Amino acid sequence: MKVSLFITCLSDVIYPRVGEAMVRLLAKYGIRLDFPSVQTCCGQPAFNSGYWQAARDSAATILDAFEDSDFVISPSGSCTGMIHHYPKLFEQDPEQHKRACALRDKSYEFTQFLVQVLGVTDVGATFPHKVTYHPSCHGSRLLGVKEEPLALMRQVKGMELVPLPFAEDCCGFGGTFAVKMGDISGAMVTEKADHVLESEAEVLVGLDMACLMNIAGNLRFRGEPVRVMHLAELLYEGATRS
Amino acid sequence: MSGNHSAATVKERAELALNDEFLRKAVRFTTERLRNGKKNASEEHGNWDEWRERGRQIRLHTIAHLDYYLNLFADNARANGAYVHFADTAAEAVQISLAIAARKQAKTVVKSKSMVTEELHLNHHLGTIGVEAIETDLGEYIIQLAGETPSHIIIPAIHKNRYQIADLLSAEAGERLEPDTSVLAGFVRKKLREKFLEADIGMTGCNFAIAESGSIVLFENEGNARMVSTVPKTQITLMGMERIIPSFTDLEVMATLLPRSATGQKLTVYMSAISGPRRIEDADGPDEMHIIIIDNGRSLQLGDPEFQELLNCIRCGACLNACPVYRHIGGHAYGGTYSGPIGAVLTPALKQNVAEWDDIANASSLCGACYEACPVKIPLHDMLVYLRRRKVESGHGNKWEGAGMKGFGGVMGSSRLMRGVLAIGRLGQGLVARDGEIRLSIGPLKEWSRYRVTPVLAKESFRQRWGTIERELREGLSELDPAMKKRMEAMKNARAGEGGHGHG
Repeated sequence: MKVSLFITCLSDVIYPRVGEAMVRLLAKYGIRLDFPSVQTCCGQPAFNSGYWQAARDSAATILDAFEDSDFVISPSGSCTGMIHHYPKLFEQDPEQHKRACALRDKSYEFTQFLVQVLGVTDVGATFPHKVTYHPSCHGSRLLGVKEEPLALMRQVKGMELVPLPFAEDCCGFGGTFAVKMGDISGAMVTEKADHVLESEAEVLVGLDMACLMNIAGNLRFRGEPVRVMHLAELLYEGATRS
Repeated sequence: MSGNHSAATVKERAELALNDEFLRKAVRFTTERLRNGKKNASEEHGNWDEWRERGRQIRLHTIAHLDYYLNLFADNARANGAYVHFADTAAEAVQISLAIAARKQAKTVVKSKSMVTEELHLNHHLGTIGVEAIETDLGEYIIQLAGETPSHIIIPAIHKNRYQIADLLSAEAGERLEPDTSVLAGFVRKKLREKFLEADIGMTGCNFAIAESGSIVLFENEGNARMVSTVPKTQITLMGMERIIPSFTDLEVMATLLPRSATGQKLTVYMSAISGPRRIEDADGPDEMHIIIIDNGRSLQLGDPEFQELLNCIRCGACLNACPVYRHIGGHAYGGTYSGPIGAVLTPALKQNVAEWDDIANASSLCGACYEACPVKIPLHDMLVYLRRRKVESGHGNKWEGAGMKGFGGVMGSSRLMRGVLAIGRLGQGLVARDGEIRLSIGPLKEWSRYRVTPVLAKESFRQRWGTIERELREGLSELDPAMKKRMEAMKNARAGEGGHGHG
């Protein structure tokens, strides 16, 4: 059974600790991940900006990387969601379209894989902190990952999960949106960070490093000490602590 | 403010809105109330996604056979005694309306709420021939007094608070009115009562047109549309050509979806189905009824697989209430008649020339809240991307962005090149990073850094670390749990058997 890691750009170059936590956590269950090094970016920045040829160039590396994989897992609902756009992206090219559909059907976001595929909800973690959860838009709305992270968090011992007001609202990242419409995006992330502070949580957890980078960037800018982490990190840290 | 239209781009208009605390507070207050109302009403009703799917199927079917249902509607409406006119363009619709007004020697027209007449700028055109148009929906009346345009599909004055409204109405009353909702509404009710009685023509929009009976159906909460459609001797109803549904059975589904999605109401306060002018046995109603069916760019979507579903829209405004961008910038920043996510797609789609589109399709983080809120499941977040792609493919994209994206494709097309670029980036950030973060405010980071610090690239990327991690793990790796192995094999086999379906 070949289970491959689709690391995604941000976890590769800025937050390697997220990928590492995933790999080490899954190793506990005897899953030995494969890491094809030809993978680059899913192509989402170009796709969403309307530059579909550039998106196809980038996406082709993902099709190549995971050709022989049985399962492909990533620490991002957004990048996995992008793979769900591949059939549309390659609709004019029957050969690539077929590969795109096959990749879509075997791709899973990290918590989807743990809960849906492995059937795990209790990773044996202890995390004695007050935590709030931001459900990222692409993962929750477009992939439908809503219950999985909650199921995993409910089993973490000692953790108090507090509600995030207006949790389902976008953090304002939106890729190039944050650069092109900087002030609108800024208003959105400021509101999101306000809600995180309102929750009085010590830790903000999520499933997408892009959104978390955005929110953490604003919290840090304001000098707020809330710790921001990916759920994979929280679970791994909690599982090794106990 | 309608003055925002003078700002050239959505970015400039948004900046004006972002600096208007009154506007932001008013919009946030009402959209939150409506959003919660919708959530409660849809949960209480139950099986909401099934209702949405049913609504979607009705709309898909109708639009796929629009020619048939339009003809059926027109034939039945004519048999009921109404005059039915088709207008290809806004100008044609205006011309037809003005001709009726002139023939009736009309001095005043009372109007119930209609977005399509906003699209035609009909009030302005009526003014040019000396006919006064009076808006009778409370929100529309306020907007008309302010000399503005609606900033929301169903709550035109959403951007105003009651103090601003009290000022406007006090000026009209010639006396100081308390900023109390019942005082203000009471003043307007009294004032409009006279206007209803005097008016020569009543003008309405149309929420749904029923093909099987030739009826037009109006949803409203104030009773003003009933006055408009019963008191004046002549009625003109204007409707977009896509307002059709086949039957009253379909109306039941729409009447379930529309008020709940729009305001969280189980029922609209008044729902009127009007089938033609007054018959002898009727107590009231107009002697003459005209229905003007307007294309104005709608038929451009027919047969376009990426945009045809736009015609499914039932104008409930739920996507505006759910949109985090709309909440911060309000409707006028979009710069067109229709605002919010639906406006960001509809405004460009109704025009043929892609070069004319400004950047409103960029004013979205593509979060999908609009799609989730939509009672007929229009994939607006996908359509925004298709618009951006069409602009690029037609050669109207931003030159610098185009060059950058070409570079992106080149670099990301090869993991070797990507590693090279990262190595340069790691060297470069040494010049600007302090304590593991970047606060630099130049180039593309200028606006980003106004609100955030940026993390630096890790000393060692994941792919650089991979060799080490793999070696360490290989030592103590346990056997794959047999139960898990079984699950995984079953899933893999099911996938092969199905021939490809999405999961999750």
